[in-house]
Amino acid sequence: MTDRMSFQVGEDIRDTKAPDGPIEERWERRKFQARLVNPANKRKLHVIVVGTGLAGGSAAATLGELGYQVTSFCYQDSPRRAHSIAAQGGINAAKNYRGDGDSIHRLFYDTVKGGDFRSRESNVYRLAQVSVNIIDQAVAQGVPFAREYGGLLDTRSFGGAQVSRTFYARGQTGQQLLLGAYQALERQIAAGTVTMNARHEMLELIISDGRARGVVVRDLVTGEIESHLADAVVLATGGYGNVFFLSTNAKGCNTTAIWRAHRKGAMFANPCFTQIHPTCIPVSGDHQSKLTLMSESLRNDGRVWVPVQAGDTRAPGDIPEAERDYYLERIYPAFGNLVPRDIASRAAKNVCDEGRGVGPGGLGVYLDFADAIARLGRPAIEAKYGNLFDMYAQITGEDPYRRPMRIYPAVHYTMGGLWVDYDLQSTIPGLFVIGEANFSDHGANRLGASALMQGLADGYFVLPTTIGDYLADARDFGPVDDVAVAEAEIAVRDRIARLLAVDGTRTADSYHRELGKLMWDYCGMERTEESLRKALERIPELRAEFWRNVKVSGTAEELNQALERAGRVADFFDLAELMCLDALNRTESCGGHFRAESQDADGEAVRDDEKFAYVAAWEHTPDGPVLHREHLEYAYVTMTQRSYK
Amino acid sequence: MNLTLKIWRQHDAAKSGQMVTYHVEEVSPDMSFLEMLDVLNERLILDGDDPVAFDHDCREGICGMCGLVINGVAHGESRATTTCQLHMRQFSDGDVITVEPWRAAPFPVIKDLVVDRSAFDRIIQAGGFISVPAGSAPDAHAVPVKKEDADAAFDAATCIGCGACVAACPNGSASLFTAAKITHLGLLPQGQPERAVRAKAMVEQMDLEGFGGCTNTGECTAVCPKGIPLDTIARMNADFLGRRG
Repeated sequence: MTDRMSFQVGEDIRDTKAPDGPIEERWERRKFQARLVNPANKRKLHVIVVGTGLAGGSAAATLGELGYQVTSFCYQDSPRRAHSIAAQGGINAAKNYRGDGDSIHRLFYDTVKGGDFRSRESNVYRLAQVSVNIIDQAVAQGVPFAREYGGLLDTRSFGGAQVSRTFYARGQTGQQLLLGAYQALERQIAAGTVTMNARHEMLELIISDGRARGVVVRDLVTGEIESHLADAVVLATGGYGNVFFLSTNAKGCNTTAIWRAHRKGAMFANPCFTQIHPTCIPVSGDHQSKLTLMSESLRNDGRVWVPVQAGDTRAPGDIPEAERDYYLERIYPAFGNLVPRDIASRAAKNVCDEGRGVGPGGLGVYLDFADAIARLGRPAIEAKYGNLFDMYAQITGEDPYRRPMRIYPAVHYTMGGLWVDYDLQSTIPGLFVIGEANFSDHGANRLGASALMQGLADGYFVLPTTIGDYLADARDFGPVDDVAVAEAEIAVRDRIARLLAVDGTRTADSYHRELGKLMWDYCGMERTEESLRKALERIPELRAEFWRNVKVSGTAEELNQALERAGRVADFFDLAELMCLDALNRTESCGGHFRAESQDADGEAVRDDEKFAYVAAWEHTPDGPVLHREHLEYAYVTMTQRSYK
Repeated sequence: MNLTLKIWRQHDAAKSGQMVTYHVEEVSPDMSFLEMLDVLNERLILDGDDPVAFDHDCREGICGMCGLVINGVAHGESRATTTCQLHMRQFSDGDVITVEPWRAAPFPVIKDLVVDRSAFDRIIQAGGFISVPAGSAPDAHAVPVKKEDADAAFDAATCIGCGACVAACPNGSASLFTAAKITHLGLLPQGQPERAVRAKAMVEQMDLEGFGGCTNTGECTAVCPKGIPLDTIARMNADFLGRRG
C-alpha cells in the first residue's frame, strides 16, 4: 500500500451558518439578518463571476441589476453557449398548479429522499421555496414554456416524483432558460454594469490577506495572461464529469477553476458523488468524443426492456412480448420506468452484465415507444419529443419511430463540488460557489429537472442576497497584495511553460481517454475497494507519464486549443485521485455512489447512516488531503432506506 | 473510408490564409464530422504541426458554437443540422471535401476556421430582452398566453446563434437571427411594452455591425439548423415600421 491511499482527519465542520428555528422561516430570517449595502456604495464594489451558465449568467445579471460592478468570464465565444444550454427535460417548481398534492414541503421531501439523505435540510428547503419564484421570473422574461389550450403552463412528471411539477419548453428547456439569463446579462452589459470577457479561461485564484480578491485568466485568442481584481469572486464553472473523458458534458467543460481554488484552500466536498444518467446514446466506436443524452422525460412514455434470454440477437421487432423483460416495471412496480436516475442506471448495468444487453458490444437496453405511439398517435409523440427523436436518428442512423431506441448510462452530472456554507461561501472568505460547481443541494443523487432549478435559485435569488452581507465589510478589506498577484501569475506562466516544454510522444487527449476509461472502470457505476485501490495505484503513474511524455504543439502566445486541453487534463488527474480516495473512504452505498460491498440480497444499495451521514469535505495540504466531516442531521425528513418498489 | 480534405488555414486575423490539402484514412461512418477533424488534429499535433483550430463545445447541436462551410454549404448539405451533428455516413470513400470558415465581413476570422461572432451579442444588447429585474415578476399564471402564440414564440426562440444564416446569405445579412429574437419576444404578452423600441434598436445595431440587407433569397432558412422560418423577417420589418400585428 502506498501513502496515496491514506489521509489525515481534521476537525469536524460545525457551523454551516444556517439560521436555526422552524425550517420554513430560516431563509426569511437569513434574508432579514443579511446586511444591506447602500446603492451608492454598491457602485464602488466589484464582483468577478466566472462562468455564464444558468448560475453564473443569472448571478452576473442580477448583481448588475443591483448596482454592483461585475466582470464576467467564459471560455466560449459568447456567454450564450454555456452547457446549461443542453439541458433538455425541464425545471421543477413547487407551484402545485395541477392541484395534485404538490407543495414546497413535498419538493423538499422528494429532493432530500432522492439525494439519499446526504444533503442539508436547510439548503434543500430554501431551494424548494425559491423554485416558485424562478418560474415567475422566467415567464416574465419571455421564456416560452409549453402551455395548454387555456393559456396556462403545462407540466410533466419526472423521475423520482409522483406529482407533475416539471415545467418544460419541448426538449430544450435549458436552452430557453439560459437564453433568458443570457438576455438579462446582455441587458446589463449594455447598461455598463457588467463587463463581459468571452474566450477567457480562469487559471488561478488570487488570495490576499486571506480573502479571494481576483483571478488570473488567459485570453484564449492572444494567449495573454491577465489579472483581474475584485472585492469578491464567484465561481459558476459547472461540474467535472469530463474527468471520465466520455460524458454528456460539453467538450470544454473542465475542473480547472474549482480545482485551482481547492489548491488555494477551498475544501472540496463529496467528490465521488457522480451521476450516471440512464438514458444516453451508446458508444459507437473508439473515435467517440462525447456522449449524447436522451432526456429522462422520454421515460414518461418509453418503456425500457431487454430480451429475457441472454445472447438473444434477434431484431427488437422479432422478439415477442412474452420474451421481453420490462425490468424496471417488474422490479419497481410503484415507480416503474420513472425510478430515479441512479437506480435506473444500475439496473441497466445489471441486465447488461447478465448478457442481456442489446446493440454493439451488448452495452445497451431498449427504450420503446411503440405503445405510446399506438396510444397517443405519432403526432403527439412528435410534438413532445420531436427534436430528441431527430437527434437520435442523426447520430445513430436509426429511426426511433419504427425501432426502439438503444440507450445506455453515461456520466452526466457531478453532485460533489466545492464545499459552501448556507450563504454559498466556500472555506475561502470572499469566494462564493454556485450551481453545479458547489456541492450543496443534491446529496448523493440529483433528481431530474433539479439542476436548472438549483442553478437559477443560486444565481437569481440566493447569492445576490448573501454576497451583500459579505460585501458590507468591504471597506475594511484593504488593497490587494501585489506579491500575491505576481505569484499567482507566475504559477500560471510556469505551468504553461512546463506543458509546452515536455515535447513528448502522446497527445493530451490520448491521456485523457486513458484516464477516463480507468475512472469509468474503477470509479464508475460500481466501485469496490479493490477497484479503487487499483485506480489509486494507476492514476499517479499515468500522471507522471503525462508530465514526461505529453506533446503540446504551438506556443503560449496564440490561440492554441492543444494547450488549453493539456492544462485541463493535468487538473483532471489530480481531481481523479481525490474522487477515488473519497469513494474508498465511503464504504457505504448511497445515491450515485454504489459500493459493491454494501448491498442487500436483492442488489439494492445499503447506506450506513451510523458511519456516513456526513459531508466529506477535503482540504488540500502539502502533506496530502485532510478530511473534515460535516455531520448531517434530519429533523424534518425521517431517514429511511429509499424504496421505489 | 479515405477522404481528402481541403481546409482553410490562416494563422491569425492579420495574416492571409489559403486552402491546404490533407488526407485522412480509415474514417468510420459513425464518426461525426468534428470527430473526423479530431483524428486529423491528433496526427498534426504528434507531427509537431499546428492543429486546425475550429470552434465547438456541446457537440449535440444546441450551443451554436460550431459552424463550418462544408463543400460550400454552411453546416454541410444535410438539412436542419449543425456541423457537430453531421455524420460521416453522409460521405463516401474517396470524397474530396472543402472546409471553410463562415465568411462575412462582420465575422472576421480569428484563426483557421474560428471566427468572431460577437456582433450577434451586441445585437442582443441593443434590445433582445424583456426588462425585468430578478424578483420583480408577478405569478407565472397571472398572464395566460395563447398556446399558438407560445408555440410560435418557441419556434423562433430555438435559434442557436450559430451564424449559418449570415454565412449562407449572398448579402451577409443577419436578418434571420435578428428577426428570430424580435419574433420570439414580440409574440408574447410580456414582450409588448418594449416591442417597437426593441425592433428599432436591434435592426439599427445589425446595420451598424455591417451586416447586409435582406433581399428574400431564403438561403438563411435553408441552412438554419433549427429551421427558423423566413416569415419572421416580415414580422421584424413590420415591427420596425411600427405596424402592430
